[in-house]
Amino acid sequence: MMNRREFLQLLAVAAASGMAIDSKQALAGNAPASFYDLPKFGNVSLMHMTDCHAQLLPIYFREPNVNIGIGSAFGQPPHLVGEYLLKHYGIRPGTREAHAFTYLDFQAAARTYGKVGGFAHLKTLVDKVRASRPGSLLLDGGDTWQGSATALWTNAQDMVDACKLLGVNVMTGHWEFTYGADRVKHIVDNDFKNTIDFVAQNVTTNDFGDQVFKPYTMKVMNGVQVAIIGQSFPYTPIANPRYMVPDWTFGIQDENMQKVVDEARAKGAQVVVVLSHNGMDVDIKMASRVTGIDAIFGGHTHDGVPQPYQVKNAKGTTLVTNAGSNGKFLGVMDFDVQGKKVVGWKYRLLPVFSNLLEADPKMSAFIDNVRAPFASKLNEQLAVTEELLYRRGNFNGTFDQLILDALMAVKGADAAFSPGFRWGTTLLAGDVITMDKLMDQTAITYPSTTLTEMTGETIKSIMEDVCDNLFNNDPYYQQGGDMVRVGGIQYTVSPNNKIGNRISNMTLKGKPVDASRKYKVAGWAPVGEGVNGTPIWDVVATYLRDIKVVKPRQLNMPKVVGIGNNPGYVV
Amino acid sequence: MNVLRRNILKGATAAGTLAMAAGLFGTGNAFAAYNSAAFSAKTVADALKGMGAGTPTDSKDITIKAPDIAENGAVVPVEITSNIAGTTAIAIMAEKNANPLVANFKLSNGAEAFVSTRIKMGQTAMVRAIVTAGGKTYTAVKEVKVTIGGCGG
Repeated sequence: MMNRREFLQLLAVAAASGMAIDSKQALAGNAPASFYDLPKFGNVSLMHMTDCHAQLLPIYFREPNVNIGIGSAFGQPPHLVGEYLLKHYGIRPGTREAHAFTYLDFQAAARTYGKVGGFAHLKTLVDKVRASRPGSLLLDGGDTWQGSATALWTNAQDMVDACKLLGVNVMTGHWEFTYGADRVKHIVDNDFKNTIDFVAQNVTTNDFGDQVFKPYTMKVMNGVQVAIIGQSFPYTPIANPRYMVPDWTFGIQDENMQKVVDEARAKGAQVVVVLSHNGMDVDIKMASRVTGIDAIFGGHTHDGVPQPYQVKNAKGTTLVTNAGSNGKFLGVMDFDVQGKKVVGWKYRLLPVFSNLLEADPKMSAFIDNVRAPFASKLNEQLAVTEELLYRRGNFNGTFDQLILDALMAVKGADAAFSPGFRWGTTLLAGDVITMDKLMDQTAITYPSTTLTEMTGETIKSIMEDVCDNLFNNDPYYQQGGDMVRVGGIQYTVSPNNKIGNRISNMTLKGKPVDASRKYKVAGWAPVGEGVNGTPIWDVVATYLRDIKVVKPRQLNMPKVVGIGNNPGYVV
Repeated sequence: MNVLRRNILKGATAAGTLAMAAGLFGTGNAFAAYNSAAFSAKTVADALKGMGAGTPTDSKDITIKAPDIAENGAVVPVEITSNIAGTTAIAIMAEKNANPLVANFKLSNGAEAFVSTRIKMGQTAMVRAIVTAGGKTYTAVKEVKVTIGGCGG
């Protein structure tokens, strides 16, 4: 039952979003019982989750209001935010789905619809889909073992065990590799033996080019052979520390992908899919170059894309999906396979609303068990936030701003850099920032903070370099994350320019940044070997214990120019 | 992964290095044809001139396999395949290196026109292949990006 306060909050949401107030579904704050009823279709079903970032418990996750597409990606999925996204996919504003796929009225809607994800709730949904589609497979696109305190403190063991309990069949990776090559191999060869196939066609040894993992696995559903090819994040040794995987080489490897597709077809695969951690822009380009793939199930860029993007190539059409992050979504693809080929498909990206799905008791017990030994550390209350804290977006999120402010204050720096990670959960105004929640933003295996003297010229060249990794016109040259979060320095960015000319008007405390002057710059997550410094969580925790209350703070957003009326940019 | 093969080859490499130090370097024969003018040139144009390559024709029959983004600028794997009949030489340039010409492989007796090596690159640049066949020169390029890394995810 809804109480009076919740009802008033809901009215506020409705008013703000122009929602039809007579909608029974919206007023109830509850979806109809049919929300997760998927009419059966076809004879091969694949479930897809990706980038859960070790979030075992339900969380909030705000989708971005800045996800700029440039060049051929202008106005195309996944570079649509807010109302542009709703319009493109025909989703009614003010609905449960609108909340799941956009940042619109985020806080009020989050209070109405509740948290998302959580492995116990996800487990219930997976089992429900499996019950209606016996033999269906669950694919995990990776970034599963990293992103929480318990994943870091158990050396990924909690997520390895949780995925086995969840019923994952096939997996590929990215952040997994930051536990080191030996740890990954140990898990794949032992924990995953005869349960989860870890596949990656694009990871080979430096010396002879031998495959490190199986490039693909062949499964059978309803008598139909299905090949699932793995594509790990191609730029792992660049975006993350090289020393973690010194003997392995990655890359996109289109040619080898084509060979593997052809081999799988030759061996009788009637459905060929790629489980990819490329990121959606790279997947779209790859789908235009490699033929014979029915669908690419993508991740990395954390885009909750309601329907597949259809890419035409020399021999047919490939569907490209992206299934969001943090356990918020479960993709379900149904293929109709007749005459040895796919003749029809249906896709749903189901938001995992924790309030609508009973927690699976076995998974709940497992999670409680994992957390129990760390309870006192996890539950330490560091501060209360008076504003919405989130990370995702091309530029600074409010949680990044908090980290930057902490770095500058604690380290006595003029400026600060924080990596443009896409993971990190969301907190609502009034929420307590526990150590657990701080670790959601910072839990990595190379957490050292640094304080470095840099000239203005060096600062600019770093910003230009990272910016090119985000806005290079060719997705194959985009190395990874969002723009480096910058504290202390204001700037203008022109995404459509070339490297060296995107960043301008850099100022610090109102004065132009001097190219030859040295500035003290704080940072964290160094990819080079042998850097030692206080872990980032200790620096931010020190700051939070001191301030106790996080007041709304100035978000250091760059001035963005030259992108036209971009459907990926609403500020 | 073939561990046995790797160990055997590790041993073989050590032995091979010794043999080379004792043999090849001693005679200096391997370097008889070293083209100083081409290898010490500081620009692409001068290196081409030094090679006697003039203005090579762009060719789609040359394939350059190299990473889009280098994992380590100090050892960038580059493979060149020429499908031009009668290929007798394949040269590789990293256009923004202080000395752009990195290698020039001479092929004879109908050797397969394929070379694979690792080159050093200080910054993002075009990697250029120059192929000699039938007295003419042909060329193709591919951009290899060198980045400071980090911040991905």
